[in-house]
Order: sequence, then structure tokens, then C-alpha cells
Amino acid sequence: MIRRRKIINKLALFFCFLTALWGLFWLIFILFDIIRHGITALTPSLFLNEPTPPGIPGGGLKHALIGHLLITLTATLIGVPVGILGGTFLAEYGRNYIISRIISFIADIMISIPAIIVGTFVFAFMVKPMGHFSGLAGGVSLAIIMIPIIVRTTENMLSLVPWTLREAAFALGAPYYKVIFQVVYRGAGVGIFTGVILAIARVAGEAAPLLFTSFNNAYTTYNIFQPMASLTVTIFQYAMGPYEDWHKQAWGASFLITLFILLLAIVGRYLVRLKFKA
Amino acid sequence: MLSNKKQYYFNLFFFFVTASSAFVVILFVVGIFLVLFKEAFPAISRYGIIRFIFLSSWDPVREIFGGAVPLVGTLTTSFLALIVAVPVALGIAVFITEVAPKRLGEIIGMAIELLAAIPSIIYGMWGLFTLAPLQAKYIEPFLQNLLGGIPLLGRLFSGNTLGIDIFTASIILSIMITPFTAAVARDAFLVVPPVLKESAYGMGATKWEVIKDVVFPYCKMSILGGIGLSLGRALGETMAVAFVLGNLNQFPTSLFSPTATVTVKLANEFTEADKDIHLAALFYLAFLLFIMSLTILGVSKYFIHKTQKK
Amino acid sequence: MKVEIEIKNLNFYYAGNIQALKNINLQIFKNKITALIGPSGCGKTTLLRCINRIHDLYPGNRYEGEIIFQGRNILSNDIDLIELRSKIGMVFQKPTPFPMSIFDNVAYGLRLRGIKNKRELQDRVEKALKEAALWEEVKDKLNQSAFGLSGGQQQRLCIARAIAVEPEVLLFDEPTSALDPISTGKIEDLIIQLKSKITIVIVTHNMQQAARISDYTAFMYLGEIIEFGPTEKIFTNPENKLTESYITGRFG
Repeated sequence: MIRRRKIINKLALFFCFLTALWGLFWLIFILFDIIRHGITALTPSLFLNEPTPPGIPGGGLKHALIGHLLITLTATLIGVPVGILGGTFLAEYGRNYIISRIISFIADIMISIPAIIVGTFVFAFMVKPMGHFSGLAGGVSLAIIMIPIIVRTTENMLSLVPWTLREAAFALGAPYYKVIFQVVYRGAGVGIFTGVILAIARVAGEAAPLLFTSFNNAYTTYNIFQPMASLTVTIFQYAMGPYEDWHKQAWGASFLITLFILLLAIVGRYLVRLKFKA
Repeated sequence: MLSNKKQYYFNLFFFFVTASSAFVVILFVVGIFLVLFKEAFPAISRYGIIRFIFLSSWDPVREIFGGAVPLVGTLTTSFLALIVAVPVALGIAVFITEVAPKRLGEIIGMAIELLAAIPSIIYGMWGLFTLAPLQAKYIEPFLQNLLGGIPLLGRLFSGNTLGIDIFTASIILSIMITPFTAAVARDAFLVVPPVLKESAYGMGATKWEVIKDVVFPYCKMSILGGIGLSLGRALGETMAVAFVLGNLNQFPTSLFSPTATVTVKLANEFTEADKDIHLAALFYLAFLLFIMSLTILGVSKYFIHKTQKK
Repeated sequence: MKVEIEIKNLNFYYAGNIQALKNINLQIFKNKITALIGPSGCGKTTLLRCINRIHDLYPGNRYEGEIIFQGRNILSNDIDLIELRSKIGMVFQKPTPFPMSIFDNVAYGLRLRGIKNKRELQDRVEKALKEAALWEEVKDKLNQSAFGLSGGQQQRLCIARAIAVEPEVLLFDEPTSALDPISTGKIEDLIIQLKSKITIVIVTHNMQQAARISDYTAFMYLGEIIEFGPTEKIFTNPENKLTESYITGRFG
């Protein structure tokens, strides 16, 4: 009887070991493949050249790189302040209001809402009235995805600042906003920064919300009121396309994005660990 | 005095700035709901709810739109992905918290989190260029030879093995959603009181018996919440499946059939819909997906929140 | 008097080579209650947890010496921990009902041992609950969750769960420290009744408790046994100065 139980125990734990291997297997497989194909696609022309008509070699992704940076930057400029301020309300002024708990709960749900839904939403309320796609609309889509993430991390990080610290500042006669700026933000700075980094990492790889908002553009543009290419939408277009050269560039773009995001993710997690060790 | 008054007003100002930023979140949810409903309204009033859900034709020329195929496609791929992902995710969480040495567990936990950080478009492209050909050439023919002869079950493995099908899409989805369930389960396992586990060990239970009889039941709600969270993700995932599912408006007849999901339809047709009713039908699908995701995510988060407060 | 467990030259180190027990020698007599007392951090719980090797759950812990039980050294590597722990049960400081019904809690250890017969399970669960003086309070709600019981009831449930498998030895780690005086009294009565069948070792912070229920008492200090003997002697006529000052409440 005991023997049988022990065998079952061993088998079950071995299954758990296999599941971990299974997860690692895919991670390594995917990363390896992206590096393998991506490295060979990394040429100066990939960064410096505009796309060429299909079949003519030497085309690059300059338009998509610049577009991607601009869209992400727009999203960051909108999303980060709104997110941090919103999180501040939930953890500070509004911490005792029921509405804050509700907002916090909704933000939690919004974090996982399908990205493509956000795209259709921004299409309806920005692209349609404006009459055309634009980099700005893409940035707004990404900001909508970013804000709930930053709201929640900011709220959590501010809540970790001990309440007595605020009381000490209040006791000196400081008004609440000064307490927040001088005591609370200082105490939670690293945490909030980490949240921002992880939020950028999350949206930098999104393609679905950009399909109907910033759309695409075959040329480099710096005007965020124009349709704008992005690396992710270009990957979609190129990978589905019939040309070998396009596929190669899609791998190159994937490599760049993955590298960028994994770097951000690792830095973010490193900061988290640093914070909670201290 | 004056400076005090200034401080008072600035504080009030800051209160309103932060409050309105927080209310933006509510604005999003309500806004998305209303806007999608408004845009979908022409299709809603033309096809109704029941008819749209059960109608399987999607014909832009004759302007007959029904959502049955993409809805079935979304549910099928999501559930298939869950069937693979849930046991794997629980296994990983058990391995990290109960089996592996602490350091190794941390490393594997981090690796699994990285799996969640990889953007879905990367999964999609990798699926198209690497996984789908492998499926078409080796895995699917192998499964077909192995299982195709069995009555009933064999039908699941019939058809052309092209690699662009539900099977490939579900595998990719399952890899993508595994980290979400795993993370929730791991966090839940970590807060099971050690003394509870000790008292089961103290009765002579094996490690697996402790996990199965004490840890799992203790974390039941969180596990369910984590599964719901993954389901919510799977339902709304776009780019990972857009490449490998084929966008064919046809009910799947086997695991090797191409079909469509709500998201794939949106991604492929949204910018190309030149008729208003076509666009409205697509908005209708988006609206239904939004309601589904909101409900499932809401319930899951509620489960997870409730157990965290305990 | 029969010796149930003999501890010889036991040293114990927590992970990181921190020595928590120094050269412990102790005899635990069959069908008697042995109390381990001493100030916080003296190693009494550590010693208790050696006896069913709960320490093995955490990596890096290390034993030296011998604990002889039923003619074998239970610290040797070839001991089957699962079998050992089914013979030496344990009840913890806080009640630890499992997340299942009252009946399933008590039946848990029996099922682990492969008892599937419904009739037998019912009989033995009822017997254990009666022995734990809990039967009257729970007989109408056996299928309800164990979390619904009061703290004292939960602790008696845990005792019922431990005695249902009829262990030879039962280890109690401050079983009443989280309970009110009335519940404490019930559990003390219960422990005294159990000793006719089971050898009992109890760690307690409460010296009156040790005096009330135990037959033998070991006083520990800084990981060592300072004095061991019949409870009456330890409390009325201790040989060691340290023991005396502890039981008279001068430190601890």
C-alpha cells in the first residue's frame, strides 16, 4: 500500500517536473528561432532604408522603426501621467471611498481586456471622426491599455509606503499634496518606475490595437496625425505577404521587438527584487 | 495666510486632477460599451441577438452576417488551449513551490514569466513560419496515423494536414496563457500556511497527497480565478491565432480544420469592410467579445480578490 | 516501566549549521505523558519536531545521534518517513483543519492507509470523535466544512484526526496556546484520557499545564536538557538551580 502511494507520488511529481520542462522548452525554442532568423536579417539597410518595391533588394524598416518609437512615445506621454495620477487618487485622496475600490477592480479587469477591442473602440471614436488613420490614434490605443496597468501598480506601490511616514509629514503642517510629492512619491519612486517600465514593455509589442488606428504607411513620417507604420503591424503585413525578403525583414523586426521587451521585462523584475530585498 | 490659502487651493486642484485621472478608467469601460453598442446597432437591429449568434453564413456580397462560426471558433480554440494549459500551469506552479530547490524555482518562475512577456505577434509569426510547417510535416501526419483509425476519436484527426488549423492555433494559445494560470496558482500556493501542510505530512501523507488533498482544495478559488483569467486572455487573443487559423468562415470538422475566431475576423476584415453593414457586423462581434471577456474576467478577478483578502 | 522512545546524544542543526539542540539524552516512557518545558527558543519545539522528523520538510536541516523507536534508529536514512509519521502523530499549536468536511478530516489518515470500506470508515471516525469528546457536538454536521467549528472544536478535531489512525505516540506542540481556558481544560482532560493507549509528548509554555497533566518533565535551556525527572520532583524539589528559578517564575 505504502509502496503504491510512493509510486504515485513519484509519478505525480515527475509530471510536474515535465510541465516545467515543457514551459522552458517552448521559451527556448521560440527565443532561439527568433535569434537565429533575426540576426541574419540585421543589416544596416534594415535600419536606414525605406522599403523598396517587392523584389528589389535593399529595403529597410526605417519607416516602421520611427513610427513605432513615435507611437510608443505618444502612448507613454499620455498614459504615464494619467496612470500615476489615477493611482495616486486610489491610494491617497480616495483610499476610503468605495468608488476607489470599484475603479481598482475595473482597472484590474481592463488589464486583461482584449487589445483588439481597444482598437475597434479608438477606430470608432477617433479614426472615423477624423476621417483617416493616424499615429496619434495608435498612441491613444496603447495608452488605454497602459493606463490601467500603471494605475494598479502605482496604487500598490503607494500603499506600501507606511502610513506613519505620512502622519509624520502631516504633523509638520504640510498640506496633502506636499506630503504626496515629498514623502510618498519619494518612498515609492522605484516601484512606480518599475510599473511604468513593465507597462511600456507590455504595449510595445502590441499589434492588434494598431491595426485599425495607426494602420500602416509605406513611407517614413514624423507627423502623428498621419497614418503611421509600426514594427508590429509591419510584421503582420510582411509575414503574411508572399515575398522571401519581406519574411526576412519580419524576422528582423521580431528580433528587435523581442529583445527590447525582454530587456525591459528583465530590468523591471530586477528592480522589483531590488526593492523588496531592501 | 496668503500662502496657506494658495496651498489649500493647490491641494484642491491636485485632488481633482488625480480624481479625474482615476475616473478615466471607468470612462474607458463605459465608453467602450456604449461606442461598440452604437456602432454595432445597425447590425443588432437587423439581425437580432439570437439569429446573429446562430446564423453561420458570413456573406458580404449578399449582406447576410451571422456570428456563429467565429463565436464557435473562439470558444473551441480557447477551450482546447485551456485543456492543455491548465494541467501544465498547475504542474509548473507545484514544481516551483513544492518540488524544486528555492533558487531553481525562482529561475523557472522567471522564465515562465518571460513566456508571458513575449508579444503575441511574435507567437503568431513564429507559429506561421516554424510551428505550422512542423505540424504539417511531422506531428499531424503522425497523430493521424496513430489515432485516425480509431472510431469516433479518429474523426478529430481527419482532413488535410496543412498546419494552418485549430490544432496549431490552440497549441500556441495554450503556451501563451499558461503563465497566467501558473502565476496565480503559484502566488496562492505560497500563502498556504506551512503548519497546515506540516499537519498533513505529520499524518504520513506523501508530498503529492499533501498537494492534492490540502494545497489544491485550500487554493480552489484562486485556481479557478487563474483559469478564468487565462480563458479571458485566450478569448481575446488576436495576433497569435491570426497567422495560423486561416480565417475561413466554416465550422471546424476536425482538429485539422481551418476556421475563424472573432478576433481573427476583426483583424482581417475590419479595414477592408467597405459596406456599413459589414463594419457594423464586425462591431457586433467585437461587442459580444467585449461582454464575454468582461464577464469572465470580472468573475475570475472576484475569486482571486476574495481569497487574497482572507 | 517500558521505554517507548530513547533519544541518545542527539544534536540538531538548522540550515546554515545553526545548532539548536546539544547532546540531548532522554527516555520517553510508554503510556506516560512527558512534558517539555523551558523559555522561548530553548529548543523544546525543535526537539519535538525531531521525533517525527518534520524537520526533513525543509532543506539543510541535519541530525546527529540516535532516536530509538521500536528497536530502530529513526534518524537513519533508510527509515520510511511516511510509515514513521503514521505511527508518531502530531498536533500543532494552531488548529489545522484541512479544507474538507469534518468527516473527511477524521477519515483522512484512514483513507491514506487504504481503508475504503464505508462501514469501517464510519465506525472509526465515530470512535475517534467520541474519544476526542467531540462526537456530541458534530454528529449532526459531519458533512459540513471543518472551518465552521470554533477554535477549541477545531483543535479537538485535529486530535480526533490524529488518534483515528491509532498511533503509538502523539506529539503535542503547545496545543492550547491559541485557546480559551474552557477549551484548554477540555483538551487537557482529553490528553490525560488518551495516555492509557498512547504515549504522549507535549511541549508547553504553561508550567501549570505541565504540572497538571504530565508524569515526567524535561526542563530545557539553550538547546540542552537541564533536568529530567518525574513531574512532581521537578516542580517540588528540582536539583538544578536553573530549573528552580524557571519554575518559580524568575525568568522565562
